[in-house]
Amino acid sequence: MDLKPGSRLKSSVCDTELIVVKAPSGNVDISCGGAPMADPAEAERNGEVSADAAEGTALGKRYVNEDESLEVLCTKPGDGSLAVGGTPLGLKEAKPLPASD
Amino acid sequence: MNLMMLLEMASSGFGDRTAVGTQGQGLTYEQLFQRAGAAAVRFREAGIDRVSMVDTSSEALPIALFGSAWAGVPFVPLNYRLTVPELRHLAAEVAPSVTVCNDDALGAIGDLDGVRAVVRPDFLTQWAEGGTPDSDWNVDPDEIAILLYTSGTTGAPKAAVLRHKHLVSYIIGSVEFMGAAEDEATLVSVPPYHVAGMAAILSSVYAGRRIVQLPNFDAADWVGLVRAEGVTHAMVVPTMLARIVDHLEDVGGGLPSLRALSYGGGKMPAPVIARALEVLPETNFVNAYGLTETSSTVAVLGPDEHREAHRSDDPAVRARLGSAGRPLPTIEVDIRDEEGTPVPTGSSGEIWVRGEQVSGEYLGRNSRVTPDGWFPTNDGGSLDPDGYLFVEGRIDDIIVRGGENISPGEIEDVLLSHQSIADAAAIGVPDEQWGEAVAAVVVPAKGQTLDIAELQEFVKAQMRSSRTPDRIEVRDELPYNETGKLLRRILRDELAESR
Repeated sequence: MDLKPGSRLKSSVCDTELIVVKAPSGNVDISCGGAPMADPAEAERNGEVSADAAEGTALGKRYVNEDESLEVLCTKPGDGSLAVGGTPLGLKEAKPLPASD
Repeated sequence: MNLMMLLEMASSGFGDRTAVGTQGQGLTYEQLFQRAGAAAVRFREAGIDRVSMVDTSSEALPIALFGSAWAGVPFVPLNYRLTVPELRHLAAEVAPSVTVCNDDALGAIGDLDGVRAVVRPDFLTQWAEGGTPDSDWNVDPDEIAILLYTSGTTGAPKAAVLRHKHLVSYIIGSVEFMGAAEDEATLVSVPPYHVAGMAAILSSVYAGRRIVQLPNFDAADWVGLVRAEGVTHAMVVPTMLARIVDHLEDVGGGLPSLRALSYGGGKMPAPVIARALEVLPETNFVNAYGLTETSSTVAVLGPDEHREAHRSDDPAVRARLGSAGRPLPTIEVDIRDEEGTPVPTGSSGEIWVRGEQVSGEYLGRNSRVTPDGWFPTNDGGSLDPDGYLFVEGRIDDIIVRGGENISPGEIEDVLLSHQSIADAAAIGVPDEQWGEAVAAVVVPAKGQTLDIAELQEFVKAQMRSSRTPDRIEVRDELPYNETGKLLRRILRDELAESR
């Protein structure tokens, strides 16, 4: 599916919900728990988390693909883990900044 | 994207933590979420275009801010210190609106067409109570979240447009979700209509840091609240810090709970920060530089950089104490000349910034952002070889004397290094021979008298003679607005009159 910053995505096999922070143009085959993710309005719970994609997502964590052209933020955690085209997404390391306001 | 997403995450991640108010007695994140939802229902029923606020900080502020985001209408905090005609003008521009207000503002704007004025107690009891709808806010990142009228130190106020995408990008790019420990609390003393007041709410909610509000700044009250509430973090503008330091020097005692103090919103005189480091030895200092049009901070000088600069023997490193630090990882900074061409490292020019949080847009006016995303800030500055940003002030304030561009900040820095001077401003005044002449207005330090000729020699010894003030006037204080911006326009007018 085509993604753009601000798009919301929901897992079809767990509670995970994401918001797209950054996305490459064109089709992005993003999955959670081994199953394709969808717009929350259209997502239907269907099936189980695949055993090889069950590391889970954590609230408030950001996930990126290898070249960081895709970045998503977890707004609801779940049991499935994220991948694009079958390649798992990595956790984006937080660079703590001093509080400034 | 929507600001509500930040509050929803906080509510589901740590809903029982205190969001606003005294520990254990204030509103929790879950309660804030519910009240924002209830307010959103009422805002929608009212059929208005904006939610406005003319009041000091209270728990009504985050409720109204998030409630308007949920309802899908911009939030517009207005300056409650404006005169009645000014306030009526802006309130009419913002209508049709629901305006949460104090009693004075009710009297000032309550009769305007399209303004539904609601006093704070009624808002809290009648608007922010009730059922919470499903999480049905609009997620279009281009929707307007906040309109902030700029302080208008140079002319009529105009409304900066901050969209959900700008503010959400700023928060998720610079704040770690739930990054605050449960005992952390931030003291917010800047007013709601200042970008730092808005950003403080958003970043504290996302970090899970309790907000303590000080409605009207007063140094003794501020110090009292830090001690009573165990405040760990705070942001102040330079005039506030100067008064806090004065107060602490008078009454004695430290602020052991205060781990981090950030300052910004104007040029910080070096003597003030030096005294602050003395009276608050345990506190980490953070200098933040940002603009309303950039959703707050774009560069920070962190605590370690403060310490490193403070104790370095290398003049270039020591000078960084007067810098705004380095750009956030999500922000690019360029220094460019009048044609928009980047200048060599170390040279002065205009500060340009680029990043997702940068709006650069005013309501009803063309955006100043270039097609490739760069925003000219109208601030002058330079970058050193290590990427530290030195801010020189508004380009409009630059003095042009006989074709030579002189930054007021350079002259002010020299004047402030004089031990008998507490505060100083340099401005250009009309001059027949030079076009503009350099004038300075100085405030003597406690118990000091100033010798004008000696001061002129003092500046001349450190700068070119063209930069030596042709005129120096002594005052008891300089005019600042309540958010710490020096009102140079007033000084210019006064000096022009008294010639």
